[in-house]
Amino acid sequence: MSNTNGNGTIKGITPRIGFYICHCGHNIAAMVDVEKVQKFVASLPGVVVSRDYKYMCSDPGQELVQKDIKELKLNRIVVASCSPLLHEHTFRRAVEKAGLNPFFFHMVNIRENVSWVTDNREQATAKANALARAAIQRVFFHKSLETKKVPINPDVLIVGGGIAGIHAALTIANAGKHVYLVEREPTIGGHMAMFDKTFPTLDCAACILTPKMSSVKNHPNITLWTYSEVEKVEGFVGNYKVNIKRKPRYVIEELCVGCMDCIDACIYKEAKYPDEFNQGLSKRKPIYIPFPQATPQVVLFDPETCIDFKSHRCKKTCIEACDRKAIDLKQVPEYKEINVGTVILATGFKTYDAEKSPQYGYKKFPNVFTSLEIERIVNASGPTNGEVLTKEGNIPKSVGIIHCVGSRDEKAHKWCSRVCCMYSLKLAHLIKEHTGAEVYNFYIDMRTPGKGYEEFYDKLMNEGVHFVRGRVAEVTDWALIPEEEHKLTIRVEDTLIGVVRRIPVDMVVLAVGMEPREDAQDIRRMFNISCSTEGFFLERHPKLAPVSTFTDGIFIAGGCQGPRDIPDSVAQAGAAAAEALSLISAGSIELEPNTASIIESFCSGCKSCIPLCPYSAISFNEGTKKAVINEALCKGCGTCVAACPSGSIIQNLFEDEQIFSEIDGLLKFAGIELEEMEVVNA
Amino acid sequence: MPDKPKIGFYWCASCGGCEESVVDLAEDIVMVADAVDIVFWPVAMDFKKADVEAMEDGSILATMINGAIRTSEQEEMARLIRRKSKIVIAYGSCAHMGGIPSLANEFTREQILEYMYQEAPSVVNPEKTRPMLEFKHNSQTVTLPEIRNLVRTLDQVIDVDYYLPGCPPTPKLLKAAVLTLLSGEYPPKGTVLSPDEALCEECPRKESKPTDLAFKHFYRPHQILFDNKKCLLAQGVVCMGPATRAGCEALCINGNMPCSGCFGPTSRVRDQGAKILSSICSNIDPKEEIAIDAVLDDIPDPIGTFYRYGLASSLLRKKVMED
Amino acid sequence: MPNPEKKEKKFEPKIVAFFCNWCTYTAADLAGVSRLKYAPNVRVIRIMCSGRVDPQFILQAFASGADGVLIGGCHPGDCHYSEGNYKMLRRFRLLQRVLKVLGIAEERCRLEWISASEGDKVKTVINDMVEKVRNLGPLSIPAKMSDIDEEIKELEKEINREEVPQHA
Repeated sequence: MSNTNGNGTIKGITPRIGFYICHCGHNIAAMVDVEKVQKFVASLPGVVVSRDYKYMCSDPGQELVQKDIKELKLNRIVVASCSPLLHEHTFRRAVEKAGLNPFFFHMVNIRENVSWVTDNREQATAKANALARAAIQRVFFHKSLETKKVPINPDVLIVGGGIAGIHAALTIANAGKHVYLVEREPTIGGHMAMFDKTFPTLDCAACILTPKMSSVKNHPNITLWTYSEVEKVEGFVGNYKVNIKRKPRYVIEELCVGCMDCIDACIYKEAKYPDEFNQGLSKRKPIYIPFPQATPQVVLFDPETCIDFKSHRCKKTCIEACDRKAIDLKQVPEYKEINVGTVILATGFKTYDAEKSPQYGYKKFPNVFTSLEIERIVNASGPTNGEVLTKEGNIPKSVGIIHCVGSRDEKAHKWCSRVCCMYSLKLAHLIKEHTGAEVYNFYIDMRTPGKGYEEFYDKLMNEGVHFVRGRVAEVTDWALIPEEEHKLTIRVEDTLIGVVRRIPVDMVVLAVGMEPREDAQDIRRMFNISCSTEGFFLERHPKLAPVSTFTDGIFIAGGCQGPRDIPDSVAQAGAAAAEALSLISAGSIELEPNTASIIESFCSGCKSCIPLCPYSAISFNEGTKKAVINEALCKGCGTCVAACPSGSIIQNLFEDEQIFSEIDGLLKFAGIELEEMEVVNA
Repeated sequence: MPDKPKIGFYWCASCGGCEESVVDLAEDIVMVADAVDIVFWPVAMDFKKADVEAMEDGSILATMINGAIRTSEQEEMARLIRRKSKIVIAYGSCAHMGGIPSLANEFTREQILEYMYQEAPSVVNPEKTRPMLEFKHNSQTVTLPEIRNLVRTLDQVIDVDYYLPGCPPTPKLLKAAVLTLLSGEYPPKGTVLSPDEALCEECPRKESKPTDLAFKHFYRPHQILFDNKKCLLAQGVVCMGPATRAGCEALCINGNMPCSGCFGPTSRVRDQGAKILSSICSNIDPKEEIAIDAVLDDIPDPIGTFYRYGLASSLLRKKVMED
Repeated sequence: MPNPEKKEKKFEPKIVAFFCNWCTYTAADLAGVSRLKYAPNVRVIRIMCSGRVDPQFILQAFASGADGVLIGGCHPGDCHYSEGNYKMLRRFRLLQRVLKVLGIAEERCRLEWISASEGDKVKTVINDMVEKVRNLGPLSIPAKMSDIDEEIKELEKEINREEVPQHA
């Protein structure tokens, strides 16, 4: 359907506008009377053709626009469909292919902003009319613009050395590009390094992870900085400048070979400080190495516990013990500045603090453990060398595993942490294998979607692990019957048989969920990305751009984006690496030409704009006595434009006249004004 | 002298300063008087409305009208002059933008009358007498012009060809305008006859303005002693210079006072007050609301500060009366 | 069932919104994707940063007939461009004082920080603002100004009528 109309003129500009409204199947057409909008727009000045079409973003939809541009000599295109964040580029490309500068195109969002959020067809149509009218007025003032290409620095920064960061680093390094891998802890490996076995294959986590860790260490294309943190990030896609702080280990990394003679020589003969890697279940000395396969194999000092740092009166036996003279107690932080083109954030997650759900008795009863503690306990290189024992030193005869601790809980986190069901099954298997105990799983729903996952669940049921469906009400040591004496009783409603049960056990495992790291907000601010409501890093699009962010050149992978298991983290890491490599291989990226510029002949040199630019893109030219904007540094926020007191700065795509005309169009000429509508006054 | 172009001057709601500025031409006034025929200038010469009415339509080359339009009489005269003149020039801030008189748009006519005739401390008026539009006495009728609900700029009432900005316009600009008229080469209609860039361009203190301004306080002129060499904004004084047209050659700054904006905005700005507000506020130092508000408390009268000469020509024009 | 006779016009405020691309506009998209229904009275203009909002835009919107103006930006500390939202906040604080003197109620001009994930907040803020502005009633600056300007149209007609014969 089409309607045509003669030319219109605003301030002497005579455009030939083509307007296209998309049905988006029923997504728009069900709530907006597209034909009515199409006819309304056809009557507006400047509009040469107005059409409605089922799917504008489809090839035939785009071809419709291209054909009209050629045949009707259109020089402005307005498409009313979905959000410009989704398809602006699609239509710009289509317009460009037809020979028109893509910036004569403007998009009206009548899906996310209208049809999906309105429940009254008349009102939705009126709103669509107003938005369309505003766009028609706006394009009168559009101009031909050139996009700017910026080169991509091929070096990549990866933040976080867990499995996701490791995998991404190796993928990129293997492609021949240089990677800076920055890890906050003294070693890479992340959570995965703490695990004994992985589900559902039960292969040894260390066996599959440590070779990758040493590849990272030895890869010529990877600069590994552990015990380091990103302090500052500046720049933009292709050209990020990053400042990194390397915290002092008080050991010269290049000299240390990890012989651990110094640890043996420490004047503390016995280890007496909680070992972080083992979740505090074992002790370490003030000089230590996190775990045997730590990468790099370099010891470090904990200045909080080392006598010499506290009193300066230690005999320093460690220094004497090191024949490579690797110990330097005067070491200071080292600051590095690197330039990279892209960044992958793989900063991981943290586990839910079980103390926040007091009904489960964590830290109250010594035999209540978190799943991460059990991971260490069942681990052959863990604090008990793989022996599962109660705090009293007995082999447990019965163990209860409580699912969804901190997950699917209105009082904690609403989300499902996705991994707990599977790792609980794995732990059930391992505990049973190590102790022969009766193992009970208390679950709300068993969630085992994944290759081989459901089969693993079946296997466990055949192994005789008990499954009780119901959310555990509490863990208590208050015995009601003799069998409960000296045990922990799990009180739960078994919803399958509809009775409240009390199950006495020797040991309780809390399957704690995954949550964002405490400093996720600081990290996202530093990298200028967003977080979703729950605090995980927000992807650009949940389906179509799952590892991209709203900041070009910054990608996300692994647990920092949301709860996920190892296979998914690795897959995401691979995807993020591919996204980074695709930018690197393109060599350059086109930037939105929405930069600001100062019209020199109008500028009075008042300097008001100069302090406003966060990128120092504005400077004062002492020769001309005018301000100038370095277009390469301008990121197009428009703050200086709004603040220029003499109106001498213009921002491409967001010029004053364009916005004023949009305001005008929204308010004045819409065919059906909102107040003209009859609304039942209830 | 029939060949000489005819020029007129008229005043509406103004203080008379604009008239003075014509006299400020000093010896150049002789040049002007030689070159043109002043056919209408109530302040200086005796003319009556009837004299103007008697003139042929379009017979005056140009009339410069100063003052805002507040009363029906001013409006009537403006319309009459428009008929008789080929070119009408809004002369001075009041005709151009409403000027100081248009600060009255912060109030309703009723509020103003009530204050002026009843509440002002110097008024004794127990009968609450108000001026009447018509008064009959001894079979004679005396009339008064009506005070309008709004102070208007000249171009909100009649079509205006050019604007000569300033409170008052400088003799230099007036001379240039007259020479332009005499040359016959007219600029495009609607032109403001003054450079279209901000005052900082010609400010002698431009060099002393820092590039890292961050306001922690504002001062009004009576609150501090100014350094007479340094940019006033750099001293925390609200100077309208960055948002005000050049052309005055920084007269106020040379008198060690901040620009108060009488030349109006550049052609690219729709609302001078909004623009200087935007510029100055963007550069306030604090980030927290309370601290920002504390800095803003130093500007107790934002309308009088930012819209001193231009409330009538601002986007809102007047105080809005909610229903 | 409401009686059809009792149908009467309910004032529907017109609100112009300026949403920053990175936070609030994205949040509005999220509200759409989540199918959250909210009042249809707000019409959004997308800008890159709330720092781009020139106070002139707000005044122009009021002058052109908006009953309210809503500005949505990133939360403090979250600005995609570092500090554009702070610059808007400072302007907003003073603009509110100016609007107050000029008779425009505080509730008619609103600055809200809405992050990309707060689709819910878009709905809540819009519904709340529409309700508040609805209670205030129409601002109708264009109609009010044209009513006031009637007073100068009369004389214009009168003068023209008087002077027509002279012309002939």
